[in-house]
Amino acid sequence: MSPWLGPAEWQAVLLSLKVAAFAVAASLPVALLVAMALARWRFPGRQVLNGLVHLPLILPPVVTGYLLLLAFGRNGPVGGVLEQAFGIVVAFRWTGAALAAAVMAFPLMVRAMRLAVEAVDPRLEEAAATLGASRVWVFLTVTLPLILPGILAGAILAFAKAMGEFGATISFVSSIPGETQTLSLAVYALMQTPGGEAGAFRLMAVSVVLAFGALLVSEALARRARAGAGP
Amino acid sequence: MTLSVTLRHAFPGFALDVGFEAPAGVTALFGRSGAGKTTVVNAVAGLIRPAAGRIVADGEVLVDTERGLFLPPHRRRVGYVFQDGRLFPHLTVRENLLYGARFAGGGAAELGRVVEMLGIGLLLGRRPGALSGGEKQRVAIGRALLARPRLLLMDEPLAALDGARKAEILPYVERLSAETRLPILYVSHAVDEVARLAATVVVLAGGRVARAGPVAEVFGDPDTAPLLGLREAGAVLTARVVAHDEDGLTELAFSGGRLVVPRIVAAPGAAVRLRIQARDVVLALREPQGLSALNVFPVTVAQLHSGEGPGVMVALKAGDAALLARVTRRSAEAMGLREGLQLFAVLKSVAPAPADVSAML
Repeated sequence: MSPWLGPAEWQAVLLSLKVAAFAVAASLPVALLVAMALARWRFPGRQVLNGLVHLPLILPPVVTGYLLLLAFGRNGPVGGVLEQAFGIVVAFRWTGAALAAAVMAFPLMVRAMRLAVEAVDPRLEEAAATLGASRVWVFLTVTLPLILPGILAGAILAFAKAMGEFGATISFVSSIPGETQTLSLAVYALMQTPGGEAGAFRLMAVSVVLAFGALLVSEALARRARAGAGP
Repeated sequence: MTLSVTLRHAFPGFALDVGFEAPAGVTALFGRSGAGKTTVVNAVAGLIRPAAGRIVADGEVLVDTERGLFLPPHRRRVGYVFQDGRLFPHLTVRENLLYGARFAGGGAAELGRVVEMLGIGLLLGRRPGALSGGEKQRVAIGRALLARPRLLLMDEPLAALDGARKAEILPYVERLSAETRLPILYVSHAVDEVARLAATVVVLAGGRVARAGPVAEVFGDPDTAPLLGLREAGAVLTARVVAHDEDGLTELAFSGGRLVVPRIVAAPGAAVRLRIQARDVVLALREPQGLSALNVFPVTVAQLHSGEGPGVMVALKAGDAALLARVTRRSAEAMGLREGLQLFAVLKSVAPAPADVSAML
């Protein structure tokens, strides 16, 4: 497929893209809800929620992965229920890698979105209401367009983080080529293999390009958000 | 169409307890900052939930705390022009204008009419960030109108503008009340704006209604003067344009006689409102001679109001019109001012500023 990436390496890149895309897509609505809640609503347990969201940022990733394994393993309290009720198994599957990536990227996504929500002047939403717009319509036509750059920036940052996730993934779903061996895990595996340095370098080049691209797009969106929110 | 408001609401360190009726036309909600004006309009718009009260617009109950009734803001059809415009920064002027029209079913014809009335045709494709303060407020007024409200709230729409911008907007607000026939609740702490725009005024002080009634009546009452600020106090007269003279003056006729003022823009025969500040009126026991002031007319003292300071506010009758004069206590004693005394009022022609005169449409 590629003139210089081997089939196994190509597989790791594609798997990483799939895992990261799923992780971001599935956690985005939840992250937006949490960001709105933290930015706008006052409710009991708000600080607890805030702490929980930031936990993966503070905990060693290996610990997060191990906790995920305990909870979502086939004998874990959540994993057991998922398997019996829905036949869903995440442990040692690519879906588990996506779960680990989503958990690790979640704080970054929420932080970016929360900043965007806090930058929206609630008085604009009041103005929309006096013009006849219901709450849902106000959200769709005023709030959402104004925070969209923040949402995109958060999603891209989370995507980059998910692409590079290592510690939680390897302790939760291990490093199974073709199933859970994402780009980072593949680089590590190649480094451990005699004669694997060339492959490791090629994958590192790919990840540097992807990470930089994501960062540039995210910065550009953040700039646009600032310009749009200005007078 | 009337608006009837009774409200009780408490904030930390401030309690609001008001009740008033606003008839059709412009009703000014007047008071210093902190008097509770914005709280009242926010309650009418539904942006705050009053602790107790009842608000009825055009027969429809918007709030009735006794019956547990609270209509959410988007169902009230109450237009709101905010002090700071609050245009949507991500939408063009046209999209801002049409935001509320979607719910009201306003057509393109209405957009054209409002755009023409407010003179904002050249701005339609721009974003709010590229507008001046005065342009923003005109767009905000248009946006509120196109949502087809049954009532318009204007919360100090001119307060954020400088003098020149104010003069730019005022004629639009005047046209607004005349052309749309909308009842307007106009919040202001500027006496000249109220005198120029409003037919009815509700004076708020410390969270209560201090005075309410027709502007000419309330502003012509010496007891109200301290609420307005003594330097700002002055009566509002209705007059008719008689002629525009060649030397740049305009002759007006009012119930108490003739007045000559600097040229105003109104056709002969048109009715105008004129605010005459109390500190501009001089009193004389005999008809003065050899005076540069062009306006001398007979008046009768109706009431004297002296407060703490060195001044006395004198209520005068000139025909049916009420007039106020502020003189020193020393002069009042020297002249023997008392109720029923007949004397002459003197007003320099150049005293009323152009902003003190407005055409009545």
